[in-house]
Amino acid sequence: MSWPPVRQDGVRRPEREYEKVAAPKKGRNASAQSKPGRSLALILIAIVALTGGMFASGHNTPRLGIDLAGGTSITLRAVAEPGQESAINKTNMDTAVEIMERRVNGLGVSEAEVQTQGDKNIIVNIPKGTNSREARDQVGTTAKLYFRPVLTTEISGADATASPSPSASSSASDKASGSADESASPSASESASASPSASSTSQGRAVTDALKADATPSATGSASASASASPSASASASDADSKLQAAYTKLDCTDKAARAKAGEGVKPSESTVACGQNAQGQWQKYILGPAAVDGTDVDDAQAVFNTQTGAGWTVTMDFTDGGAKKFADITGKLAKNQSPQNQFAIVLDNEVVSDPYVSQALTGGNAEISGSFTQEEAQSLANMLSYGALPLSFKEDSVTTVTPALGGDQLRAGLIAGAIGLALVVVYLLVYYRGLSFIAMASLLVSAALTYVIMSLLGPTIGFALNLPAVCGAIVAIGITADSFIVYFERVRDEIREGRSLRPAVERAWPRARRTILVSDFVSFLAAAVLFIVTVGKVQGFAFTLGLTTVLDVVVVFLFTKPLLTLMARRKFFASGHKWSGLDPRSLGAKPPLRRTRRPSRPAGPVDPKEA
Amino acid sequence: MSKLGSLGARLHHGEVGYGFVKNRKIWYGISILITITAIVGLAVRGLHMGIEFQGGAVFTTPKNTNASVSRAEEDAERASGHDAIVQKLGDGSLRIQISGIDTDKSDQIKEKLSRDLKIDAEQINAELVGPSWGDQIANKAWQGLGIFLVLVVIYLAIAFEWRMALAAFVALIHDITITVGIYALVGFEVTPGTVIGLLTILGYSLYDTVVVFDSLKEQTRDITKQTRWTYAEIANRSINSTLVRSINTTVVALLPVAGLLFIGGGVLGAGMLNDISLSLFVGLAAGAYSSIFIATPLVADLKEREPQMKALKKRVLAKRAQAAAKGDSLESADETGEAHGEEPEDTATVVVGPRNQPASRTRGRGRPSGKRR
Repeated sequence: MSWPPVRQDGVRRPEREYEKVAAPKKGRNASAQSKPGRSLALILIAIVALTGGMFASGHNTPRLGIDLAGGTSITLRAVAEPGQESAINKTNMDTAVEIMERRVNGLGVSEAEVQTQGDKNIIVNIPKGTNSREARDQVGTTAKLYFRPVLTTEISGADATASPSPSASSSASDKASGSADESASPSASESASASPSASSTSQGRAVTDALKADATPSATGSASASASASPSASASASDADSKLQAAYTKLDCTDKAARAKAGEGVKPSESTVACGQNAQGQWQKYILGPAAVDGTDVDDAQAVFNTQTGAGWTVTMDFTDGGAKKFADITGKLAKNQSPQNQFAIVLDNEVVSDPYVSQALTGGNAEISGSFTQEEAQSLANMLSYGALPLSFKEDSVTTVTPALGGDQLRAGLIAGAIGLALVVVYLLVYYRGLSFIAMASLLVSAALTYVIMSLLGPTIGFALNLPAVCGAIVAIGITADSFIVYFERVRDEIREGRSLRPAVERAWPRARRTILVSDFVSFLAAAVLFIVTVGKVQGFAFTLGLTTVLDVVVVFLFTKPLLTLMARRKFFASGHKWSGLDPRSLGAKPPLRRTRRPSRPAGPVDPKEA
Repeated sequence: MSKLGSLGARLHHGEVGYGFVKNRKIWYGISILITITAIVGLAVRGLHMGIEFQGGAVFTTPKNTNASVSRAEEDAERASGHDAIVQKLGDGSLRIQISGIDTDKSDQIKEKLSRDLKIDAEQINAELVGPSWGDQIANKAWQGLGIFLVLVVIYLAIAFEWRMALAAFVALIHDITITVGIYALVGFEVTPGTVIGLLTILGYSLYDTVVVFDSLKEQTRDITKQTRWTYAEIANRSINSTLVRSINTTVVALLPVAGLLFIGGGVLGAGMLNDISLSLFVGLAAGAYSSIFIATPLVADLKEREPQMKALKKRVLAKRAQAAAKGDSLESADETGEAHGEEPEDTATVVVGPRNQPASRTRGRGRPSGKRR
C-alpha cells in the first residue's frame, strides 16, 4: 500500500497550513475553542478546591442514608381535622418538625434528623444504635401543650441559693418600662422563700392584655400581693402530697435522663413536677398545678415586634372562646397571688418552655407575653404555642428498620454494581473508540470525582444523604455522561469522514455536538427536576442524583472533554490518525475532500437507489 | 471497532441505510400490536403491586437463617393472622411479606417472629408501610409524569416544533405502555423502585429521541430551497446518520443497568437495585426502539401533510422524472449521501478545501479503488 509513506510527508505540511487557516476561524467562535488550557486549569482548580474543602470540612465520605448505614426511618403523614384541610401548610409543618426534633433529641438520640418532605409528610431518620421503638413512640404521639399554674420553682442543680438575688436585680433592670413597677412589688413583698425571686428573674416577662394601659396593672399587682400569699401557700401545703414534694426535691434538671422522666405519665388534671430553662440558660425545676388551659384552646400565636410600648419582641396569643374564658379565670386567680404563684408555666411535653407572670385577669380573649425576647426566642415560643393549636395529627405511613449489616451489604452491592457497570462501559469504549476512549475515561473520572466530592460536601450543607436509589441514579448517570462523549466523538468522526483533518474536525464538530448535548441534557435535567419537586421519599433521592450528575455532565464536557480533545488533537498520535487513536481516517472511511468542492456544481439526481 | 466504524462511515455517506421511514407502516403495525398486547395484558392480568402499595410489612432476616421457608411462613401467619409470603434470598436470608397489617401491630409481629425463628429482634430488618403511603407515592409519580410530559411537550414545541413534540410524546407513551405491559404480562412485582425506573425512562427515552430530532432539524433547515429530497427522505437519512450513536448510547446506557440487574438480582436477591434496573432495562430498550422506529417516521408523516412539504415532494418527484428522462440518474445517485443541511456551511469549508488539496489528492489516489465505489 502506498498510503502510509505519502501520509507521512503530508502530515507536517497541512499541520502548519492549518495554523494559518484556523486563525480566522478562531476569531469567529472564539468562545468555543480559545485557550483550552484555561478551562482545563479552571476545572482542575475547581476539583482541587472542592476536594480541599471536603478535607477541611472533615466529611470525607458522603453521608449515608438509613438504608445504607442502618437505622430507622419513619415517615409521618399529617392528617388535618375535618374541615381544616388548609391547616396542612408550611408554617404548621415547620412547627411540627421543630417540636418533633425537640422530642427525638430529648431522648438522647444523636443526629436524629427530622425534616418535612413534600407538602404533608415528615420524615424522621434515627440512626442505628438507638432504641427505635421509644423514638417511634415519641414521634407518633401528638404534642401536649398545657398552661399550668406554678406552685414552686427554683434553680435546679448544685447551688440554687447563690443565684436568686443577683438575678432578681438583673431582671428588674432589663425589664421594659411598662412592667417595671409590677415586678418591683412582688419582689419587695418577698417573704416565702429565696427561690421565687429566682424564677421571676428568668421571666422578666409579663403577660398583659395587649390593649390595656400600664397604669392599672401596677395597682392590682401590689394590692394582691399581700392577700394571696397565704391561700396559695396553704393550697400547696394541703395537696402537696409528700410524693410530689419528694420528687421535686430529688429532681435534678441538669441531668438529661431525669429531665426526660420528670412528670412522665401525669394526667393534665394532676399536679406535676417539670423542668425548664430560663433566660440565662439555667435549668429550673417547678411544681406545677393542674392544667388550667389546654394547648388546643390557643387559636393562634404570633411573634410581634411591639413598637408602641417599646417592649421589643413579644408573643401574642389569641384564644378560642372556651380558651378565653379559662384563661380569664386562671389569670384572675393568679394575679391575686404573689410570686412565684402569680406565674403560669407553658408546658410542652412536660417541659416548661416559658413561665410568664400575670399581673391582672386577662379577659379579652387575647394576651401578650412580653419581656426581653430576641426575635428568635419570640418566634420559637409562638411556634410552640401554636403547635398545641395545630389541627393536625400525625399518622405513621411507613417505618423502615434496616440493620447495619443489611445496610452495609446494600452499600457494597451498589458499589460493586457501579464498578461492574463502569468497567463494562470502559471496555466498550476502549474497543470502539480506542485511543479516543482515554479522553472519555478521563472525563468519566473527572465526573466521578466531582460527583463524589460534591455529594460529600452536600451532606453537611443541605443534609444530603446517599441512599440506595441515589446510588442507582449515579450508576445510571454513567450512561448519560458517556453519551455526551459519544455524541461529540461521533460528530468529530463524521467531520473526519468528510475529509477534514483532525484539528478543524474537532472545532467544527463542537458547536453542533454542543447543541445536541445541551438539548438532551436539558430534557434529562427537566425530568430530574420535576421528579425532585413533585415526588416524595426514595424517588426524590434518585432524582437529586440524576439532576446533579446531569449538570456535572455539562460542566465536564464543556470544561474538560472539549479542551482536552482540542489539546490532544495537536498530538501526533491523534492528529496523524494513528491506527489505535480511534480517529484513523482510513478505517473511518474518510472521503477525500476534493469531491465536496465538485459536488455543488453537479446536477441533482434521483434519490436513494440504495433503498432499493 | 472497525466493523461498526466502517458501518458508521457507510451510514454517514449514505452508502447503506435502512428505509426506516419507508417501512414505517410495518413498524407502526408491530408497535401497535405490542401496545395492544400490553394493554390487554394490563387489563386481564393487572399489575402485581408490591407491599409498598398495598400496605403491610416486609421483614428480612439476617444472612444464613436456618429456618425453612415453609416454617417461616407458618410462623409469620400465626404471628400476624394474615397471609404471608416467604422467599429465600440468594444470601440465605428470608424475606417475609405480610400484607394488610397496620403499622402499629408490626412490632408485636416482629417480636413473635424473632422468638419463633430464634433471631434477635434487632437483627431483623423491617419495612412497614401504611396503605396510603404507596398510594401517595404512586399519585405523586403520576403527577410528576403529567407535569413532566406537559413541560417537555412545551419545550420540544419551542425548541423544535409541535410535530416533533407530538411524535416524541407518542413515543414516550409507547415506551411506558410497553414497559408497564411487560410488568403485567410477566408478573413482576411493582415497587417504588419500579416507579423510579419508569420515571427515569421518561428522561432517557426523550434524550434519545431528542438527539435524532436535533439532527433532523439541522438537516431540514433549508429544505424548501432545494428540490432534491423530500422531507421523508431527509428524515430517514438523519435516523441513519445517528444510528451508530443511538446504538452506542443504548449499549452504554444498558451496560451499567445490566451490571445493576446482575448484582441486584443475582447477589442481593430482591430489592431496590433489582427493581430499578429491571424497569430501566426494559424501558431503555423500548426507548431506543421507539426513537428510531416510531418517533422520527411519525414526524415525517406529520410533516409530509404540510402543504409546503407536499409541494416540495411534487417538485422533487417532477425533477426526478425529468432527470430520469435524461438518463443520468444512476451517476448522480452516487452523490446522494451528502446531507443537504450541510450545504450552507460548505461555503466556509471551501476555504479549507483547496488548501487541503495536495494532501487530499494523494489520499484519494492512495485509496484502493474498490472503496471509492
